[in-house]
Amino acid sequence: MHEEWKTLFDPSSPKQVPLVRKFFDGWKVTIGLIVFLGISILPFLFDLGKAAPPPPEPKIDTPEIQKMVEKKCIEPKSFMKTEHMVMLDDWRDWYVREGRSIYTATDGKQYNISLSNTCMKCHSNKKKFCDECHNYAAVTPYCWDCHIEPKEEG
Amino acid sequence: MSFGLSFWVSLIAVLALILVAWVGVEGAKLNFLFGAIIPYVAIAIFVVGMIYRILKWASIPLPFRIPTTTGQQKSLPWIKQNKIENPSTALGAAIRMVFEVLLFRSLFRNMRTELRPGPRLSFASAKWLWLAALAFHYSFLIILIRHLRLFIEPVPSPVKFLEMIDSFFQVWVPLVYITDLMLIGAVTYLLLRRVFIPQMRYISLPSDYFPLFLILGIGITGGLMRYFYKVNVVGIKELTMGLINFSPKIPEGIGVLFYIHLFLVSTLFAYFPFSKLMHMAGVFLSPTRNIANNNRAKRHINPWNYPVKVHTYEEYEDDYREFMKDAGLPLEKED
Repeated sequence: MHEEWKTLFDPSSPKQVPLVRKFFDGWKVTIGLIVFLGISILPFLFDLGKAAPPPPEPKIDTPEIQKMVEKKCIEPKSFMKTEHMVMLDDWRDWYVREGRSIYTATDGKQYNISLSNTCMKCHSNKKKFCDECHNYAAVTPYCWDCHIEPKEEG
Repeated sequence: MSFGLSFWVSLIAVLALILVAWVGVEGAKLNFLFGAIIPYVAIAIFVVGMIYRILKWASIPLPFRIPTTTGQQKSLPWIKQNKIENPSTALGAAIRMVFEVLLFRSLFRNMRTELRPGPRLSFASAKWLWLAALAFHYSFLIILIRHLRLFIEPVPSPVKFLEMIDSFFQVWVPLVYITDLMLIGAVTYLLLRRVFIPQMRYISLPSDYFPLFLILGIGITGGLMRYFYKVNVVGIKELTMGLINFSPKIPEGIGVLFYIHLFLVSTLFAYFPFSKLMHMAGVFLSPTRNIANNNRAKRHINPWNYPVKVHTYEEYEDDYREFMKDAGLPLEKED
């Protein structure tokens, strides 16, 4: 075997350093690597030079809530935060499909099952309450496909 | 390695990873390690490792052309050539690559071979592997693109559009993504086929089971987070936006499930360059696919060829001219 080629395949040979080897189809591989790198760092490029946007802060300072003595929702905040969509879905099914119109909360109080008249009565600030987080997390609820969107200033 | 060992070692490895993240976040409160340091390290290993492996492959010479010839090759003018299955031009080879990369053409050719009583050997088309692979890869791609909503603010409309299409059926709340079901279904199929088909079981190794369990783990933790044990999405986006802006921030109260998911994803990224998953780059570098079958039409010189000392006839004649002349042999060049 010729010396040149022996060293190419001998792991103990000092010539076995990958970066000093010859590359085949160099320009095609380079294009491939550029495409790979581009895709890998794409999300970084979008945010390059920008500071992290401030996280949303849903507002609960509506007139209706200000009037309340004890400022609390129909269920605990932690439950509402993660499960409000499930509750609204249940409410729809109960009201529209089963004809139930009263919701009994875990503390025994009863509420009318109605997005527009119960939820939005207090949370009349859809833009500052609902949309704030939904836009940030890119969630598009289909509430307003059927319900009439509340009119708001601004 | 035996089936039992391969299967269980891989399963236990993935369960151990889940346990590590769980204990690390719930017990040791190492939120910053699992939420920022490990993801950064994993991405770095992934990018550098991929480039290293590709350059290493690119430095290996191709001694001779070995395209697979799955159609009629270019022959006499009145014999119709299959220009894609047996390309003779770079363009044909490129089209063949497109079919391979985007549609998994070679899996479509998958056959089932059975020895039936008789004895009779039978061959049948088997498209399930192709179908599951296609469902799995495209679901994974869409899921990956969908996750951009956590990394870009404001979220670009194509990402939103994809999400809208993916939750098209508006089933359940939060809306079920079609790709979530497809991914878990397809990975489960790809796993079960290794367990239940005897030949597959015989050749399957931990390096086959481990990525499957890992991806299944990622899919399941992702699904659990979305549909069952909800996590704080706004907090997660704060964390991911911090990562992408290189100002990592760990908000409180995200939920341990997220850290488990992130740790499994980090493991997948870090493991990628060392694993069979490198087929993502390797498919482009497959000599059986990416070169034209023009072995005889064109001369290809082996790059290994070392300079051979030759002695041409002219030189031979020069050496022995006198003797040849004396012997009356014909000469190319009379002097």
